[in-house]
Amino acid sequence: MKSLAKRKDSLADPKNQLALFNSGIFANGDLPTFKDKTSETDQFPLKPNNLEIFQVNVGYMCNQVCAHCHVDAGPDRKEIMTTETMQLCLDKLKESGATTLDLTGGAPEMNPNFRWFVEEASKIGVKDFIVRSNLTILRANKKYYDLPEFFKKHNVHVVSSLPFYKRGKTDKQRGDGVFDASIEALKELNKVGYGVQGSGLKLDLVFNPSGAFLPGNQEDLEHEFKTALKEDFNITFNNLFAITNLPVSRFLEFLVATENYEDYMDELVDAYNPTAVESVMCKNTISVDWQGYLYDCDFNQQLDLKVATTGKHLSEFDAEALKNRNIIVSQHCYGCTAGAGSSCQGTVA
Amino acid sequence: MQKTYYDPKDLKDFGKINEWDEELGEKFFEYYGKVFEEGALTSREKSLIALAVSHAVQCAYCIDAYTTDGLKRGLDREEMMEAVHVAAAIKSGATLVHGVQMMKKYDKLSM
Repeated sequence: MKSLAKRKDSLADPKNQLALFNSGIFANGDLPTFKDKTSETDQFPLKPNNLEIFQVNVGYMCNQVCAHCHVDAGPDRKEIMTTETMQLCLDKLKESGATTLDLTGGAPEMNPNFRWFVEEASKIGVKDFIVRSNLTILRANKKYYDLPEFFKKHNVHVVSSLPFYKRGKTDKQRGDGVFDASIEALKELNKVGYGVQGSGLKLDLVFNPSGAFLPGNQEDLEHEFKTALKEDFNITFNNLFAITNLPVSRFLEFLVATENYEDYMDELVDAYNPTAVESVMCKNTISVDWQGYLYDCDFNQQLDLKVATTGKHLSEFDAEALKNRNIIVSQHCYGCTAGAGSSCQGTVA
Repeated sequence: MQKTYYDPKDLKDFGKINEWDEELGEKFFEYYGKVFEEGALTSREKSLIALAVSHAVQCAYCIDAYTTDGLKRGLDREEMMEAVHVAAAIKSGATLVHGVQMMKKYDKLSM
C-alpha cells in the first residue's frame, strides 16, 4: 500500500477533502455544519485557553502505511524537519511557556535529526516530554534497538499505538506482522522500566477503532487491554487513550471507498457533546509542521489549515496573537466532540 | 409511498415512542438501561447475549445496534459469529426437539 500522495489520489490534496466536507450532506442541510452546531450553544468561534502543549510533527516518513492514518504517512513520504527548524521549535517552546512537548510524525524516530532533537529538548526541562512511537520502528532495524534506553536516559514519556490486544485486528489495520513486532517492542520498553510500577517511566497506549465506528468506553478498554496483555504476554503499561478516527486523509479515503462516509459523519454529529467542545485539544495545543508552520491541531495541519493569525510560521511566533486567534473548524472537528470527546490524550469529557 | 418496511433511521428515533406514552416508555428505557449495567455479567458478555438474541428474534434494528456495540467493545468476528451460532443452534434445536412430539403422536395414531 502506498500513501495517497504517492498514488496521486485526489484526496491527497487537502482542498478536495475540505470540498467534500462542504458538499453533500452538509450542503443540503441533512446534517448541520460544525460551525452551525457550535453556534447553537454559543461556542463559536472556538477560542484557545492557555497554551500547554507544543506538538511538533517532525515529518511524515513512516515504516508503516496504516489504513486509518490521518497524516497519510508512509515510507514514500520524504517530508523531514531540519535541525534549524527543530532549534526554532525549542526557542519558541521556551518563549511560549508551554509545559508539554509532544513529538509526532510519521515515525519521529526515522527523522535523522531525531536523537539530536530529543537530547536538546530534554535540556529545556519541560514538565512532560512525549514521543509518539508506533512501536514497530523500535524493532525495524538494529539502529533503533537502543531507543528504549535512549528514551529512558532523556526521561521521555512514550505514547504508543496499539489498535488491539489481538493479532487479527491489529494487523488488518496496520499491516501483517505489526502485532508481533509491537509486542516485542513493548517487552523491550518494559525491560528498561517503561510502564512498570514505581519506575517513573510512563508508557501509555493509544487505541483507535479498526473501522467506521466510535471507540467504546476508555476505562473498560483499558481494563481489557491491561488484563489481556498481562495474561498473554506479561506486558504492563500506564494508561490507555481511546481516540476517535477523524475523517481526514486515508481514513476519509476508507470511508468514501466503503460508502461509510455519510453514516459515519451522521454518527459523529449524533454523538456531538457540547461539554467536550470546552476541552478539545486545539484549546491548549499548537501544532507545528516539518517546515515550521503553525496549526490549531495535527488534523488541521494535514488539511493545510494554518492558524488564523498574521504570524503563521515559527519565525513569526507571537504568543499573544495566537492566544487571541479564532480556531479554524470544519466538519472533521466533529471527531473530537463525539461522545466522551477525543484528543491525543484520549477522552476529554 | 415508502418502499420498504424497515428504515435504518428509525433506530435513532426509538426514544420517540415516549411521545405517545411517556410513563410506560420511560419505565421501559429505565429498565433497559439497568439490564445492561455491569453486574454478575460484564457489559461485554451482555452485549454478546444481546447480539445472539437479536438474531434469534431476527430484529434488524437490534442486529445493527449490537454489531456496532460489539465492535466498540472490541469484540472480534470469532466471538460474534460464535454467539450467532449459539442463537442458531437453540432456534434449530427448538424446532427439532418438537420432532419427538411428532414421533410420539405418529406412533400413537399408527397401527
